[in-house]
Amino acid sequence: MEELIKVTGLKKTFKLSSKQQKIEKTKSKVKIAVNGLNFNAYRGEVFGLLGPNGAGKTTTLRMLATLIKPDEGDVVIDGASVTKNPDMVRSKIAFLTGELKLEDFFTPNYMYDFFSDLHHVDAETRNARREKLFKRFGIDKFAEVKIGSLSTGMRQKVSLVVSLVHDPDIIIFDEPTNGLDVMTAKVVTDFLMELKNEGKTIIVSTHIFSLIEKICDRVGIVINGQMCVCDLLSNLTEDMSLEDKFFKIYEEIIGEEV
Amino acid sequence: MNKDVFTIVKKEFTRFFGDKRLFFSSVIMPGLLIFVMYSIMGKGLMKSFSVSDDYVSKIYVENMPEELNDNFNALGTDITEITDEQVDESKALLLDDGSDKIDAIIVFPQDFIKVVNSYEISDGNEAPNVKIFYNSANTKSSRIYSLIVSILDEYEASISNKFDINKLAEDESYDQATEKETTGMLFSMIMPMLLLIFLFTGCMSIAPDAIAGEKERGTIATLLVTPVKRSSIALGKIISLSVFSLLSGISSFLGTMLSMPALMGGNTEGLNASVYSAKDYILLFLIIISTVLMFVSILAVVSAFAKSVKEAGTLVLPFMLLIIGIGLSSMMGGGSSMTALDSVIPIYGTVKCLSGIFAFNYNIAYIFIAVGMNIAVTCALTYVLTKMFNNEKIMF
Ligand SMILES: Nc1ncnc2c1ncn2[C@@H]1O[C@H](COP(=O)(O)OP(=O)(O)OP(=O)(O)O)[C@@H](O)[C@H]1O
Ligand SMILES: [Mg+2]
Repeated sequence: MEELIKVTGLKKTFKLSSKQQKIEKTKSKVKIAVNGLNFNAYRGEVFGLLGPNGAGKTTTLRMLATLIKPDEGDVVIDGASVTKNPDMVRSKIAFLTGELKLEDFFTPNYMYDFFSDLHHVDAETRNARREKLFKRFGIDKFAEVKIGSLSTGMRQKVSLVVSLVHDPDIIIFDEPTNGLDVMTAKVVTDFLMELKNEGKTIIVSTHIFSLIEKICDRVGIVINGQMCVCDLLSNLTEDMSLEDKFFKIYEEIIGEEV
Repeated sequence: MNKDVFTIVKKEFTRFFGDKRLFFSSVIMPGLLIFVMYSIMGKGLMKSFSVSDDYVSKIYVENMPEELNDNFNALGTDITEITDEQVDESKALLLDDGSDKIDAIIVFPQDFIKVVNSYEISDGNEAPNVKIFYNSANTKSSRIYSLIVSILDEYEASISNKFDINKLAEDESYDQATEKETTGMLFSMIMPMLLLIFLFTGCMSIAPDAIAGEKERGTIATLLVTPVKRSSIALGKIISLSVFSLLSGISSFLGTMLSMPALMGGNTEGLNASVYSAKDYILLFLIIISTVLMFVSILAVVSAFAKSVKEAGTLVLPFMLLIIGIGLSSMMGGGSSMTALDSVIPIYGTVKCLSGIFAFNYNIAYIFIAVGMNIAVTCALTYVLTKMFNNEKIMF
């Protein structure tokens, strides 16, 4: 199995403003969001980061996507390092999270073509891909409607499609079903399975057990910025459900610390 | 890289020219608003400071000398003779608003003409005095006051004429200034300041939303996860925002120029923008373009620091004050000519160049230095903006 993503000793601390200190109920001036994280993801698998709120999942994925830089450690994605060669990493991945928005003024068609141009996709390939994906998600009917007037679900679908203009091999997806109704969530998870079958490598983060059980091959459980367990889903769910397993691990970790 | 810059510029243009509201509010509105406002202001000023031609001033006079009757009648005034006792009580009527209102009270010494004729300076006695009571807060009263003073001056000159100054003559004009000089002087005083302010407010209406707004709405982050170089994003933004700002600035400027006649009460005699040569206009254009680039890059960097459009608006204010201050300095500066040192100071050099060009008194080398400085500042700030796009603390 080929290691496509290699995360080693990843660490990220944030300086807390006094306001944030109050919210976090802490006196320390820094928050260690990710604390020496290690994991690998192999080509063609779906890797899930599972963890409670504030565990550091989003922070980890943002470092993978080169939006923020690690304090320590490194991530190598298909041979490119996020610290040394971020431009290269960006051309290899799709990164999708709720915080990345498309401009309300433009139509899905325009945005798709704009990002295709930025990824230097030739016009023919672009048109073929756009037609296929727009149809797949039912965006074709709204292709000329301004994004600002689309529904939340449709907007997320457009964001998903636009993030894939360059047909990358690696897809990093933070909370893929967040804010979607069951119907749309199913469309998205089915699509992720399709991508996996095409041989894409997918990393998702979530706190939803069912999502992990449905799509992931391997799972890393993140608590307090540390990787507690990282194993095949089948191994983790051998003797009990994923949910029970998670709470058992959580109690061991937190119980020890408190 | 060039291709990405082009892609980004193209997108920004589509946004700007495709959004009718944005285009209207940042290009059409400023010029239109200034034009309408200044025109109304001009008309209003004219009205409150002028007296209609058929108005008949009411004047009370004590000891009216008959010899001056003709002069006063020529003014079309309504003269009432009063006695010494009535003078004091009549003063209140100067402040009256009703139908009893009068515009002036003149008190001549008794036998005015005789007294004047017999008066000799060499006697050392006090000269005869004419008192004129009036109300300077009232336009009509002020006007008749100055007319009365000029009649009396004329009369005084006619009885002891030793010399005249600029006596009116049909075939001679005393003011030797040409259209070119009048225009040059006035334009070099006010234009640099107006241009500077309009260009800057033009940029202010565009840049904060395009940078801080995109940050606030989370749309710039989407751009930052693509492999596009940060420098291409910065350059694409600055180029397109400069074009929009220039349009907005030109709109305000046109609004001002077109409303000038109304604002100056139609008194634009001697002003003519065609006294400038094509070369002057080209230089002017170079300066304006380079200044807009600099302003946009300043505002882009400031807006990139801000977390929201609102915050950007606040952060930008000190720069606005600075620009106004430098603009004013050129107005007060009295057109001292430019030095090499002036030309290397950003913004100040620009103002100096502008007033130099308008006054037909410039050194082409200095203009090129100033333009070069503006471009250099733009490049430096584009580099800073690139660094900021790379800085997670600023962007997220
Ligand atoms: N920019 C920041 N400044 C300060 N603290 C931050 C910042 N970003 C994240 N944190 C903190 O780091 C910790 C990890 O945050 P992160 O968003 O990675 O968690 P998460 O696992 O994605 O949680 P959730 O399930 O709620 O999305 C949190 O305590 C958060 O408050
Ligand atoms: Mg998160």
